[in-house]
Order: sequence, then structure tokens, then C-alpha cells
Amino acid sequence: MATDKQVSLFDPSIMRRAVGDSFGKLHPRLLAKNPVMFVVGVGSVLTTALLIRDLVARSPEHAPLWFTSAVTVWLWFTVLFANFAEAVAEGRGKAQAASLRKMRQESTARRLIGGREESVPASQLRKGDEVVVEAGQLIPGDGEVIEGIASVDESAITGESAPVIRESGGDRSSVTGGTKVLSDRIVVRIGADPGQSFLDRMIALVEGASRQKTPNEIALHILLVGLTLVFLFACVTLVPLALYSEIKLSATVIVALLVCLIPTTIGGLLSAIGIAGMDRLLRKNVIAMSGRAVEAAGDVDVLLLDKTGTITLGNRMATELIPVEGVTLEELADSAQLASLADETPEGRSIVVLVKERHKLRGRNLHDLGAQFIPFSAHTRMSGCDLGARQIRKGAVEAVIAHVERHGGQVPVQIRRDADTIAAAGATPLAVSDGARILGIIELKDVVKSGIQERFARFRAMGIRTVMITGDNPRTAQAIAKEAGVDDFLAEATPEAKMRLIKDEQQKGKLVAMTGDGTNDAPALAQADVGVAMNSGTQAAKEAGNMVDLDSNPTKLLEVVEVGKQLLMTRGSLTTFSIANDVAKYFAILPAMFMGAFPDIAPLNVMHLASPFSAILSAVIFNALIIILLIPLALRGVKYRPLGAAHLLRRSLLVYGVGGVVAPFVGIKLIDLCLVAVGAV
Amino acid sequence: MTANGWLQILVFFALVVAVTAPLGAYMFRVFEGRHQPLPRLLGPVERALYRLGGVDRTREQTWVEYTVALLVFSAAGVLVTYVLQRLQHVLPLNPQQLGAVEPTLAFNTAVSFGTNTNWQSYAGESTMSYLTQMAALAWHNFTSAAAGMGVALAVARGLTRRPGPDGAKTLGNFWVDLTRAIVYVLLPLSLVFALVLVSQGVLQNFAAYREVTTLEGAKQLLAMGPVASQEAIKELGTNGGGFFNANSAHPFENPTPFTNLIEMLLIFAIPAGLTFTYGRMARDQKQGWAIFAAMSALFFAGVAACYWAEAHGHNMEGKEQRFGIAASALFATVTTDASCGAVNAMHDSFTPLGGLVPLVNIALGEVIFGGVGAGLYGVLIFVVLTVFIAGLMVGRTPEYLGKKIEQREMKLAMLYILIFPLIILGLSAWASVVPYGVSSLNNGGPHGLSEILYAYTSGTGNNGSAFGGINANTRFWNTTLAVAMLFGRFFMMIPVLAIAGSMLNKKTVPPGPGTFPTNGVLFTALLLGVIVIVGALTFFPALSLGPVVEHFVAHGGKVY
Repeated sequence: MATDKQVSLFDPSIMRRAVGDSFGKLHPRLLAKNPVMFVVGVGSVLTTALLIRDLVARSPEHAPLWFTSAVTVWLWFTVLFANFAEAVAEGRGKAQAASLRKMRQESTARRLIGGREESVPASQLRKGDEVVVEAGQLIPGDGEVIEGIASVDESAITGESAPVIRESGGDRSSVTGGTKVLSDRIVVRIGADPGQSFLDRMIALVEGASRQKTPNEIALHILLVGLTLVFLFACVTLVPLALYSEIKLSATVIVALLVCLIPTTIGGLLSAIGIAGMDRLLRKNVIAMSGRAVEAAGDVDVLLLDKTGTITLGNRMATELIPVEGVTLEELADSAQLASLADETPEGRSIVVLVKERHKLRGRNLHDLGAQFIPFSAHTRMSGCDLGARQIRKGAVEAVIAHVERHGGQVPVQIRRDADTIAAAGATPLAVSDGARILGIIELKDVVKSGIQERFARFRAMGIRTVMITGDNPRTAQAIAKEAGVDDFLAEATPEAKMRLIKDEQQKGKLVAMTGDGTNDAPALAQADVGVAMNSGTQAAKEAGNMVDLDSNPTKLLEVVEVGKQLLMTRGSLTTFSIANDVAKYFAILPAMFMGAFPDIAPLNVMHLASPFSAILSAVIFNALIIILLIPLALRGVKYRPLGAAHLLRRSLLVYGVGGVVAPFVGIKLIDLCLVAVGAV
Repeated sequence: MTANGWLQILVFFALVVAVTAPLGAYMFRVFEGRHQPLPRLLGPVERALYRLGGVDRTREQTWVEYTVALLVFSAAGVLVTYVLQRLQHVLPLNPQQLGAVEPTLAFNTAVSFGTNTNWQSYAGESTMSYLTQMAALAWHNFTSAAAGMGVALAVARGLTRRPGPDGAKTLGNFWVDLTRAIVYVLLPLSLVFALVLVSQGVLQNFAAYREVTTLEGAKQLLAMGPVASQEAIKELGTNGGGFFNANSAHPFENPTPFTNLIEMLLIFAIPAGLTFTYGRMARDQKQGWAIFAAMSALFFAGVAACYWAEAHGHNMEGKEQRFGIAASALFATVTTDASCGAVNAMHDSFTPLGGLVPLVNIALGEVIFGGVGAGLYGVLIFVVLTVFIAGLMVGRTPEYLGKKIEQREMKLAMLYILIFPLIILGLSAWASVVPYGVSSLNNGGPHGLSEILYAYTSGTGNNGSAFGGINANTRFWNTTLAVAMLFGRFFMMIPVLAIAGSMLNKKTVPPGPGTFPTNGVLFTALLLGVIVIVGALTFFPALSLGPVVEHFVAHGGKVY
């Protein structure tokens, strides 16, 4: 799928297939799914019937043959263009599905039954079956590793080429069908029946096969159907009302008027917008399990973000060495390095890196020095080494102080003060001692990811509150929250506290989004309105969330929210545009209809269209062409800018409202001029 | 147009602005307050009415109960009015010995007053006895107005109440709202203003009609009656049914420019005040003012267009000398903005564009201040539509006052929007092509079509003003207009109450920077746009065959 990310908007192969599909979608059953286009379809059938009638028996009372034919052709085009829009959107999804399907090649699985292995086709695996996979083999289905550890190439799903480790137990046990084991041997318990796997669901989703209309889409459909009915009344009753004034309106003209008035632009593009929204997410490597979730993303009020990995780089790093009075920086650096050389924790390694970079102290080998490593224990809360008689230690400040005092050393007052300052800033102080002397302090800091503040500023501009979730104490949490620029934080968080926070916010009517990967995140992911599970996470987390981020990048939420908003905005903008268009269409068609009986109304023909027939035809052509012209916008979505709601609305109204009123005046006039130029009218 | 004319219009509007807040605050106390105002004076009346009707004022109703109560009450009122008209010849207070009213006319009139329309297919002085006028018609002037206020309050409660932990299920008690509207608002104000009108020379007696000899020595029969008591509520309740056929053009109903100003002010008072009441209920006064502003803008557009068209044509035909062009154009705009339907000039005689304004005012759905109550609930439906489209454009699923607008609300709002043109256009189309429809017309050509459109628009919009030029007292017109009024009232109230019911229990999302504010200028402008576009798109084709064509044809020198 990664290879498919750059599908151009108008890929020729997709276009070719979409043209064919546009005709296939003329089937009444498919057309009826979209009431607005169904009305256009019925109108087209009607004018076609009139055309046939006129071909068989001409009557001077009827509209000219060329006019009826032209209107009929363009009405059919209107339907086809709308079908085409949907087909293009689906086609882009299908192209992705095709590449996904390639992965679902028929493989043979080695099923374990009562300790014996047997070969079965992968498609026959059921939920609960256990299979053996060894290096070089494809994992036959989604599931969980129950035995062993292996490196797995998941690039087919994630596009990430570096292999990942999958092992039984813990948060790295989930595997996806179609990925390849690169080393070792694992036993996998299959977690999905055939047709239900992650891959199958993805294919169904991107193809639009299992696409259901989302709540907001249905509400919008109701608005569009309502408007269609209003215009249906207005047009149908116009026949007797005109008859009163002794004007006989032909059915062709009434159908043309009706089709121009009903919101065909948005009606024709609505499903394409929905499909394209899912597709855009997919291009960002996020799979939404339902369109509803994408819509909800646009509405999110509160974002819960785990501190570690999302806001900070993940591990505390040594950033500063602060010697006590009478100790040189070099001495402190030397001891700090000795205390950390054999310390394989990320903190320990970061100390070695720091002294290497800042103080040019190259790494040494404890073994060569004849030193003995003292590992960290929860009891001593220190680690370090014994080098001959020297006891070099580093650890929690209180622990080191106690250690020094036990050896009869003096504790300088400065050490506590420095430690407090560091702690107040949200960092962690580690004291370093050599025997009975305290040398100084190492400052360990949570390093906030670069650029994260700008991201949170964008969220704030969108009206979304960010809440940092961390297991740290409130003081540390507050300092990091301040540095990262989040609005709020939840310190000393437990899964229960997290759940409570979500429920509280929801109780206030807010929509909550969160990311998570662990099994203990699953309940919260399920409770949140938008739960984005990391693909690297457990099966349980993925099942609980309503989106999966294949890149496992927690900051992706920002883009998810933007796509959701874009989806709603595109719908709203095109609806406004569609309705605003009607003003010009009235000015084109109505004077044309009544000019015969009341020549005095000529001033209403503000566009000075050549003739009544060309006026009506121009409006119909404009109405059809605008669908095609707006397909790129529907697929790409209108541009979202993180501005306040009022600002955003003013901008959209100007472009789509005012623009929607003006554009058809220009468009219809141009088409009219073209028709005159080619001598069609 | 003259400076004096505009001054009259501005003075009128300044008075409307001045009464909006105090009256709105007063009504808030009446309907939502813990203690009602004037407890010594009106409290006992209220409690006595509850005892009489067996109403428990602490028990609130669900939207279904509320709707049923409203429908039962209205149906009973219509039935009683019908019977009173049919039996007036055997009942007292009939000094002119007027006979029983013809069945279709009686039906039309009963519906007309029961729906707060007050369309009059009859001439009051030659058809209705004093008992019918006072007991049947004046009764409805109070109750139909109060019922409309009730629906508006119920909707406002549905939108503004915040559900508790176990949710809210009720939106007030119809009987309590009805009683309070009458006892605390309509009766006291009518009483005061009836006296004001009497002081200006409006009649109030039970005398038989008086024959007088005019200065030229001719004999003239002067109609008498309890006019002033009907006059105040006619305006205050946006009823519009005149005691006399000439309505507020009649010197006994509207004798002076001062009474004219008072009457116009009474028409706008409650609908304008309710926007303030609504703001208070929404705990954000600006919500109410935003709606008020949209209404005001539409009002000014209408009055400017009407005044311009009439003044431009120096058209005094059908207008009273004592009011002149400005006050006539203003009255025509006010009465059609607010679904009142009282007239002080003949709209039929307006220029085509001048006459288009009242027609468009009604066709926009009677939301420019609108009927008592009906204006507020009508505009709130447009607010729902506006918020739906605006919400999408800012990238959120739409919400209003923190409550989400979803499928059910859209379905009901569209139902409300659909019923209106369906009835107007359907019936107009029918009447325009059948002999029993067109035979009532006094004018041919596009003007005749304007008359038909006006009649059904006025009926469906529960306005009740007539374009004139049409003899509506035939079985066809009486019956179809009655149907228009019934559907235009109750089939629109039901979806409105249903929306109130479904919004009631929704969780309230506190507003944030991402939510679109519904209390600012931008919202007002957008609301205006939606009202105008929905109305224009629906009725433009039909109107273009009537007043619009007439205007252009008249320029060509042909009049109808």
C-alpha cells in the first residue's frame, strides 16, 4: 500500500475503469440510493421518451427536436458525471485494495492439532486455531503470538521497512496476516475467521463495499431530499400556474428547470466526498473502521495524549552536570561516566553520551579497569561500580545522601537546593558520590519532541483542548505540560483515572479522542469517541479503537482531526455552492419560459442570453459540467486552516456562497456564447 | 419618499426596540419565573382558572402530551365557534337580527380564528352578531394567540433546557402557558390599550346600527359595536380580524395617526418581546438579539421596498388620507411581517412591486417578527437549518446552543419547510385552472394570479390579510382556504414541537473556539440569507408569473 500513496488524482487506469462504472451505476437500484440523482435519472428517462415521441410524430407544438435532444443528452450526462465522481473515488480505493489483495495470496498454514502439525490452506483457518510460522514464511492470518519471539517484516502493511519484534505476552504479541517472519519460529493463535481479518476489513473499507452512510451524511441527505421536493412542487405547480397565463410549458423545459434547481452538485458529489475522506486518511496510513469515526474526529473537543512517546522522546536523558562546590566539572563527569558505563538503561546510556559529547571522555571498559558493576536495585535505588576501594554511586538524591552519611561523609547544603530546583523544573536529579563525598548532580530531563508546541498551538486554534496523560508526579507533569504547551495534564495516571477522565469529559458533552497501544488502554480506547490504536500495539487495543495508525505515530491524531473537519467542510461548502447556484439558474430559465407570453419581462434576462432555448440549454450544460469541475475539490477536500469558527465560516461563505451566486452567471453566459459561436442555437 | 415618511418609520421602529426588552423580561417572569408578576392582582385569577380546569400547574408535560393538549383545545374551540355561528340567529346579543352563517363560511371562519389567521371571507358588520364577535371570535383572538406563545415557549425550552443526570423529558404545561399568556400578558395589555383606543374615538357599545344624515343630506347606516375591546387584541395577538370589513382602514377601528402607530406597535410588541424572552431562556441575551436583528433587517428591506414602490408611483389608491403613503406602506409591511393581517389600506391597489412586498413577507414563512409565538418558533426552524449548513462549513457536525442537530431534527425541519409551499403552490395551482376558482376573481391576467397566490399564502401563513379583489365567500374558496389555514397552523406546529421534544434531552456541549457562535453579526447575516434563499427559491417561479410579470407589463403600459 505504501507504494500506492502517490496515486495521482486522475490516474489514467482509474479513469478508464470509472468511465465504465459510471454506466454500470445507471442501474435503478443503485441510482435510488441517491434520491437527488434518482430524480435526475427519472427526468432523463422522461425527456428521452419525449424525444422518441417527437422522432416518431413531430408536432409544431412541441419544442424543436434539436433542443429536446440536446437537453436529453445533457441530462444523461448529469447523471453520468455524478456516477463518475463516485466511481473515481471508489476507483482510488480499489487501486489500494488491489495491492492489499496481492498480499492475501493463498498460502499454506501449518496448523497445530494436539501437538501435531498439519498443512491446511490459510483460508480454512478459524478463530482459535494455532499455527506455526518460521523464518521466511508468511503469517497466515491475524492473531497473537503465544509462543516464541521473532522479527517480522510488516512493510506490506505499514510501509516501514525495518523489521519489528513480535513476542508472546506483553504489548508486542499481535501479528497481522500477510506479514513475513524473518527469523526464528513462533506459534500464533489465529484471532479472526476467514473474511474477518484486518486485511479483509481494510479491503472492504477502501473499496467502499461496506460503506454505510454516516449520521451527518444522512442528515444532509434529508436536507437535500427536502429541497428536491420543494423544487419538485415549485416546478410541477408551475405548469397549471402558467396555464392560467396561457403559457404551455413543455415537459422538457420543466424537467430542465427541475434538474437545474435541485441540488445536483452536492447530491452528485456527496458519496464521493465520503469515500475520499476515508481514502485521505488511508493515504496518511490511518485506517478508519467506520466513516462515523472520521466524522467524529472533526468534532473532537478534547485530546488525550500519552506523555511518553507522544509529547516527549520517551526516555529521560542526561542534560546537565552540576558539581558541588570544590568539585571540578571534569571530576564529576569522570565519576558519572564510571557509574554509568555498565548501566544499560536509557538513562545510564544518556549519561555516557553526555560526558562523551561535552567532556570528551571516551568510553572505557569496566572489565579492563577491574571494576565491579553494582546494578540498580529497588532497595538501594542506586547503581554504580566499585573500583578498588572507590565506591562510585549514582542514584536518587536521598538514597545517595543516606549512602554518604553512612560512610560518615559531609552533605553540602547546596546539593538539596540544586536537587529541588531541578525537580521543580520537572526534571529528575541524580546525585553522584565517590565514597563519602558527594560530587554533584546529574540532571535527567524528559526531552520534549521538537515542533510539538506548534502542533498544540494548532489544536488550540481549532478549539481542541489537549490533555497530557502521564504516570509522573504532578510537579514533574506540570513542568513538562508547560514546556510542551498542553492545556492540561493528568498526573500519576492509572488506567482507571484515564477512563474516569474520558467519562467526565463525555458527561460534559465533549467528544474525546485518544491514542493507545497497550492492552490496558483498550477500555479507554473503546470508551473514547475517537480511539486511534497504534499498529504496533496489541490486538486488544486495535479491536477496541475505531482507527488504526499503521505508522504508530501518536501525533497523527492532528491529521485525523483535520481530515474529519475537511470532510464536513467540503460537504457544507458544496451544499452552499449548490444552493447559491440556483439564483442564476432562475434568472436564466424563468425569463426564457415566460418571454413568449410576456415579452415585457425581457429586462429579467439579465445575462442577455441569445434565445430562450439557448438559455435553458446553457443552464443545463452548466449544471452538468460543474459536477465534473468540482470532482477534484470533492476528492481533495476543501483546505482546512486552523482558524476560529467565525473566521472559517466567513471565508467559506465568501468563496462558496458569494462565489456560488456569481459563478453560474459567468458560466451560463460563457456556455451561451459558445453555443452561439458554434451555431448550435 | 419623504423625510417625514421615513421619520414615521424610524419612530415606529424605535418604539419597537424600546418595548422589546421590558416586555420580553416581563414575559420571562410570567412563563419561566418562580414568582409571577402582580401576585395580588392576577395570582388569584390564575389559580381560580386552574381550579376550574383541574390543572396541576406543577406537573409538566412531554412534547406529545403538550401537542395533544394543544390540538384538543384548538379543535374544541373551532367546534364551538362553528356551532355559535350556525345558531347565532337564536342566540342573544343580535340586535341586527343577522341570520345563521352558511356552513362553509362558518367552517372557514371557525378555522380562521382558531388558527390565529383571522382570514375573513365575510363582512363582520353584515354577518356576525355581537355574541359571535365577542364570545366566539374574540375568544379565539386571545386563546389562539396564547396557544402560539405556548408552542414558542415549549420549543425554546426544548432548545435551552439542560438535561439533568436522568435527562429532561418535559417542556412545560400547555394549560399553564395558555392561562398565563392570557391572564398576565394578553388581557392586561388589551385592557389598557382598549382604553387608549377609546380615548382616541374607537367605538365601544352594544347599540344597534345608527342611521345618520350626512352633510349632503344623504342617509347613511353607521355600524356600531364593542370595537375597541376587539381592536387591541386584534393587533396584540397578531390576529387581524377586523370588527368591520374595512378593518383598520375604518375610522371607527383606527381613527387617528396616533391609533395607527399604537396598533402597529401592538402588532410587533409580543413577537419582538419573545426574542428577548428567548435570549433570557438561552442564558445569553445576544442569542435573542441576533434573531431580533435578522427580523429587523428583513422588516427594513420590506418597508423600504414597499414605501419606495408606492411613493414612486404616487399611489394613493386604496389608502386613507389620514395615514398617507408612508404609514400605509409601513402598516402593510408590519401586518404581513407579523402574520397579523389587519390592514389600513387595500393591498390590492398597491403597485405590483408594492403589493409584492406583503406577499413576500408572508411567503418567507411569517418569521419577520411573525405571529405571536409562531414568529419565534418559525424562525427557530430556520435557525436550525442555518446552523446545519454553517456547522458543516466550520468542520463540525452542526450544533445549536450546544445541542447537536441530527437526522431527526433535519427530517422534522424539512417537513416544516415542505408543508408550507406544498399547500400554497398546490392550492394556487388548483384554483388557477378550474372555473370555480378563477370565477371569484375580479381581475384577470397576472394580477388575478397575484390575488390567488396572496389568498393561499395568507391563509397558509396564518396571516389573514386579503389582497382583496377576490370573492372568497364561495364553497370552494371557503373550504380550500380553511384547509390551508388548518395545515399551515397545526401541521407546522407538530413538527416544531417534535423538534423541541428531541432537542430537549440532548447533551449540551459547552461552546469553544471551534464552535460557530450563533449570537453574532455573521450568524444574523447567514440566517437572513437562509430565510431569503429558501423563500425566494420556493416561490420565485410562481411570483414571477404574478406580481413580477405584472410589474414589467405595467411598465409597458398595460394594467390589470
